[in-house]
Amino acid sequence: MSRYLLRSISRRWASSISQRPGATGINFPGAVNSAFTNTLRFANPNDSTSMPTYRVLDQDGMPSHPIGIPTDELLRMYRDMVFISVLDVLMFDAQRQGRISFYMVSAGEEGIAVGSASALSAADPIFAQYREPGVFRYRGFTADEFMAQLFATAADSGRGRNMPVHYGSRKGNIFTISSPLATQLPHAAGAAYAVKLANANADQNQRVVACYFGEGAASEGDFHAALNIAATRSCPVIWICRNNGFAISTPTLEQYRGDGIASRGVGYGVETLRVDGNDVLAVREATLKARELALQDSGKPVLIEAMSYRVAHHSTSDDSFAYRAKVEVEEWRRRDNPIARLRKYLQAQGLWDDGKEEELRKGTKKEVLEAYRRAEKARHPPVREMMTDVYEEFTEEQIQQLEELKDVVKRYPGEYDLSRYEEGIGGFTAR
Amino acid sequence: MLLPRRADLAQPMRARVCTRAQQAATARLNVPIDYGSTSILSHTASSALSNAELPSAVRGGTTKRMNLFQAINSALGHALRTDPRVILFGEDVAFGGVFRCSMNLATEFGDARVFNTPLTEQGIVGFGIGAAMEGLRPVAEVQFADYVYPAFDQLVNEAAKCRYRAGNLADSMGCGGLVVRMPCGAVGHGGLYHSQSPEALFTHIPGLRVVIPRSPIQAKGLLLAAIECNDPVVFLEPKIIYRAAVEHVPEEPFTLPLSKAEVLKEGSNLTLISYGTPLYLCRAALDAIEKETGASVELIDLRTIYPWDRPTVLDSVKKTGRCVIVHESMVNAGVGAEVAATIQQGAFLSLEAPVRRVAGWSTHAGLAFEKFNIPDTVRIYDAIKQTLEF
Repeated sequence: MSRYLLRSISRRWASSISQRPGATGINFPGAVNSAFTNTLRFANPNDSTSMPTYRVLDQDGMPSHPIGIPTDELLRMYRDMVFISVLDVLMFDAQRQGRISFYMVSAGEEGIAVGSASALSAADPIFAQYREPGVFRYRGFTADEFMAQLFATAADSGRGRNMPVHYGSRKGNIFTISSPLATQLPHAAGAAYAVKLANANADQNQRVVACYFGEGAASEGDFHAALNIAATRSCPVIWICRNNGFAISTPTLEQYRGDGIASRGVGYGVETLRVDGNDVLAVREATLKARELALQDSGKPVLIEAMSYRVAHHSTSDDSFAYRAKVEVEEWRRRDNPIARLRKYLQAQGLWDDGKEEELRKGTKKEVLEAYRRAEKARHPPVREMMTDVYEEFTEEQIQQLEELKDVVKRYPGEYDLSRYEEGIGGFTAR
Repeated sequence: MLLPRRADLAQPMRARVCTRAQQAATARLNVPIDYGSTSILSHTASSALSNAELPSAVRGGTTKRMNLFQAINSALGHALRTDPRVILFGEDVAFGGVFRCSMNLATEFGDARVFNTPLTEQGIVGFGIGAAMEGLRPVAEVQFADYVYPAFDQLVNEAAKCRYRAGNLADSMGCGGLVVRMPCGAVGHGGLYHSQSPEALFTHIPGLRVVIPRSPIQAKGLLLAAIECNDPVVFLEPKIIYRAAVEHVPEEPFTLPLSKAEVLKEGSNLTLISYGTPLYLCRAALDAIEKETGASVELIDLRTIYPWDRPTVLDSVKKTGRCVIVHESMVNAGVGAEVAATIQQGAFLSLEAPVRRVAGWSTHAGLAFEKFNIPDTVRIYDAIKQTLEF
């Protein structure tokens, strides 16, 4: 381990004298830079103004400063956002028709996922919550890979075990999504610590970890644990909070009373920025800068709170008009969404037009539908896959249980439909 | 099969037990364990090195007398020395740990590899999972098993399911390098929150390995195996024997097999099953019974509580026809329930008596009542006797 790293980690409090005569402050070990005051005044959150929201493109797509992003990259971001919006519409309907069991759209938040992904290095590990399919798309997830997971086919890297939308990608360096909220935040801190140790031994290819979560998840204890542990261990991690105003039906007023999530970052000693999540270019710039900061001083955490609005229902199991006005949702959908805003910018630059738009949407729809039809016909993995990967090897108990199950299925042939599972009854044999 | 055995073995036994037990009534059973003489521990180098599970190179080596915390310390030191991926962290680990298990390790390996964390169990275990997912082999410490519950979600929903949900990506996305160590068990005066043995809660969770060593040799070998293992391991250390149990431990590093029970003493009339600290009491109780009755008791240490060694246990009970299971944690839905049910299904025709469980009662670890709550030699002795006489 390099000495540089060791020095930077072990910042211990050191004081020989607790209070010098005439001192204006005291070295309490818990707050070393605090000065005395004779004014009795509680810090009141209302005294400070809300943290500002960083924006590059206004609602008409006009930039606040020259954008130095290559055209290829701009168009890639646009196409990826459109891909997700097309996928969302088709798969939401597919769930409504009973073709898949569940779905969650990310309408209105495509910019947060794609904008941040475009600022990260492809080797940066990512931990996601579930409303970041744009990150998977940016990192090369194909329509077939989305479909294999959604339909739980044999081609799904998750072997058909996870609910739809719980993607994972090795080539994309994105860890498999799990349903429990915020559990991925301490994981990101630990992974960032591993990355920090690796960075210390590498001159090039310095990496950071990115971790996404919603403002509701930030109320979990794991949020607190993760930011605190990442700060004390100086882990190179970028926390990206999608503050979309709702956790299922719960509005933010019932979620917290402070200045959003951003204000908390400062309390953990973490550099923090609030950004307009509907501005994909602002998110990209913010993440680029955060990545640079995260690699300073041999690593430190950075928090980005990306503001947006969840224009869709929480999931296919939710009717959001039970707790919010349809007119409000329509307002957001029409007036301020990340795809429309980037399109306005692209058109003003002469990089986009109606013809290209039609061609892109038609092509994307075709790509998604073809993958959909392939996945719909595919079978689930063999039944043994319900037991593999619990441990590295089958246990003696599991092998016996598979045999027991196979025996029942064989003796009650009319009760179980094996046609949807690869290998049929042969799939019950452990190997 | 059933009747002849009852006739030729159990009936004469009943007579013998009654007369001899009466004679022995004056001999105290609940005496403190003499760790200096118990046959659970290896008191000489030759007995330590004669262990057939050790690799031959280790058996030809030397030993050093160590207590349990020193054996843990030695295993951790070896793991840190030989594998740069190993890191060690938790609350108060850096100065040596509140039970001295990480003594001198921060000095030898530096703050980057042995360090304190903020006081957050869910954070500690979650951090360990993430570090393991990214290729390290983290050894996380929870200061007392009583405080593992804030990390329950991370252990049950994340650590245990990480490999499974990753599917094809499991090799690079699992958290198999993770070991979560925690001191457990009664210590005489631990009250509600320094006494618990929560192992049964983890045996209900496929994906986790749950290990409890009984002695310094076992602690060293099983901990090194746990760190090598590609599945997440919950490693419980009986804290009452951290200092008490001293034995000759091979100085060379070695591993002992996970998910493998050990027959500590062969016998033919009854199988006595336990793990961790109660094994010392089991040994005392069976010594008394054997001396008094001439019955022969087989003693088994489960070592890994899940996935556990069902074949060894079933083979033993098929041979003896009788079984008593002993553990410190409460009896309700404890490890004994799983073992007893497995025996009932797997060795039904061999059973000569109901399977007995001697365990903590269905209550909490009230400070002043500990000696009435957890199994003692008398209760184990009595259960063996009643099972033999049944």
